[in-house]
Amino acid sequence: MTATTTRAKQLGFLQAINRAQTEEMTRDERVVLMGQDLRANVFGAAAGALETFGPSRVRDLPLAEAGSIGVAAGAAMAGLRPVVDLTVASFVFGAMDQFVSQLAKARYMFGGQATLPVVVRAALYYHGGTAGHHADRPYPMFMNVPGLKIILPSTAPDLLGLLKSAIRDDNPVLCFEDANLWGRKGRGPLPEAGDHLVPLGSAAVRQTGTDVTVIGIGLGCYLAVEAARALAGEGISVEVIDPRTLVPMDWPTILESVSRTGRCVVVDPANRTCSAASEIAARVAEDCFTDLRGPVVRVTTDDVHVPFSPALEKQIYPTQDKVIAAVRRALAG
Amino acid sequence: MTEGTDPAALPDEFAGPDGHTLALEMMRRMLRVRLFEEATIALFHAGELPAMVHLSIGQEAAVVGACVATTTADYMTGNHRSHGHPIAKGAGLGALMAELLGKATGVCGGKGGSMHLADFSVGSLGESGIVGSAIPVATGAGLAAQVRGSDQVALCFFGDGAANEGVLHESMNIAAIWKLPVIYFCENNGYAVSVRASESISVPDIATRAAGYSMPGVVVDGQDVLDVYRATRDAVARARAGDGPSLVEAKTYRFHEHAYGLVVPQPYRDQATVDSWFDTVDPITLFHHRLLGWGAAGEDELRALRDAVQSEVDAAVEFARESPLPPPEAAYTDLYAPSEVTA
Repeated sequence: MTATTTRAKQLGFLQAINRAQTEEMTRDERVVLMGQDLRANVFGAAAGALETFGPSRVRDLPLAEAGSIGVAAGAAMAGLRPVVDLTVASFVFGAMDQFVSQLAKARYMFGGQATLPVVVRAALYYHGGTAGHHADRPYPMFMNVPGLKIILPSTAPDLLGLLKSAIRDDNPVLCFEDANLWGRKGRGPLPEAGDHLVPLGSAAVRQTGTDVTVIGIGLGCYLAVEAARALAGEGISVEVIDPRTLVPMDWPTILESVSRTGRCVVVDPANRTCSAASEIAARVAEDCFTDLRGPVVRVTTDDVHVPFSPALEKQIYPTQDKVIAAVRRALAG
Repeated sequence: MTEGTDPAALPDEFAGPDGHTLALEMMRRMLRVRLFEEATIALFHAGELPAMVHLSIGQEAAVVGACVATTTADYMTGNHRSHGHPIAKGAGLGALMAELLGKATGVCGGKGGSMHLADFSVGSLGESGIVGSAIPVATGAGLAAQVRGSDQVALCFFGDGAANEGVLHESMNIAAIWKLPVIYFCENNGYAVSVRASESISVPDIATRAAGYSMPGVVVDGQDVLDVYRATRDAVARARAGDGPSLVEAKTYRFHEHAYGLVVPQPYRDQATVDSWFDTVDPITLFHHRLLGWGAAGEDELRALRDAVQSEVDAAVEFARESPLPPPEAAYTDLYAPSEVTA
């Protein structure tokens, strides 16, 4: 098979989003799209939506993040299934009250009367000089809020399947998309026509191994696979797990793997303190304590804001070298 | 003298059998709010309430006049001053009172409590303890009605304090650009806890802010249930016709403190004036006398109505007291809805 035909049968991130949204909007007329610059398809994932589904179901939002999330919550309570494109994940901060006080809490506080089938999509737009106000990876903050589900796919086929499941889910689902995977990196084999669904809460084992379990989130999954490839030359066998969904987390897959290998490294692009990696490390330490043969090691972004200058930025993120060093530390324990 | 200018003349709205029913229904709902809340005061002093309550006493005409202009098919959201809205929207009193006592039979199964009442069966999509937080929720309910092509509207209650929250402005703008069927209804009771509206709001009338969003904004006498009803009815008609949102500001009074039992160390309003409100601007007393003056209802009829509502409230308290507390495991339900595609 030539490189050209391989590329032709590969699915990219933006195509995956577009296909998921189109298929689900076709399937269910309650699904509506809302976001900034959607009709002009500025971000590339809404091609054809306006023409196919019309202006009632495809709406450009004004710059009003809190209002947008609250409107989606209310629309869901009254029978729609909104998909909100919040574009850059750092913009969630402007809507924090609506995420927490309304989207996450309404069903519980009202004793199950409210149903909130809302999907909020947001890109993790770090790397490349977007700096402090655009480069956040805020998903761990939402893991701390009961009532939300969180997906963070690392391949386009997973994004397609998870996003379709999220749209069908009767709960609020936050879809964080690692923008580093928009290009060639996140592409994956084109799923066959028809419903390609990935259930929420199911991890993927990217590579099996026996010496150490590396759990990689988003781009972290690629760093783990690359590190595993490098370490294989030294005879170190690495198992790589991609959680794909952070809430609910597929604990059985993770805990079974760590119990078997006895060693655990978590690669997470979020800031270190109270990261997704922190939660995974804590749970592994609690549940796999007697099986562990070394420390659970986190590879995360250092606890600073993302600086602009290329001379400053790159060093703070997880890298392949940091993953390799972490694996060595886990093995040395 | 033309019709409507003679204060002694029976208003059109209350003429005929339907009008008589409407007038009594307004009185019934105002009494439900008042007597329900007086019952909560008794429960507070008896130590039976697990938390403070924020009373609508004094604001009944604003709450009821607005809700009576909608139906139970329409949507409504409210705020921490939470009891009056669902009662006025038509919710049953027993489950509301049970919620205040944290009982399993409460509208929210004991998980919401006084500030977070909701009764979806009558379109009450929930109150919010965070000031202003539910405003976009009502806006979204209006969006759903529009997309689904129904003729439902969404009634959005908020106070003068919430008028300064950014989310109100975001919501009014979204509703205006999309012509959503939403009625933004401000109960301006003059104080955000202790801060005067005149010291925290940049304009004398919040309703004037509607101009910034190309929607009608009207000020009504919040102690006059008919005045409130007329303005809201017009806004509802406009919303149902597809002409978009409106803002109605009712100037009203909060007779009790921000929360019942709250002690404010420094006086911020004149207590003698507050005490006089029961004689001068009590919306129930005012409406009572007007109904008699118009010949729209008789003393015996109004007394019987009050007795009936009191019995209803007594029964609600009894129901709430006798209801079981939720079992501990209920704390772990209702977080997530069952979903279609989960591993």
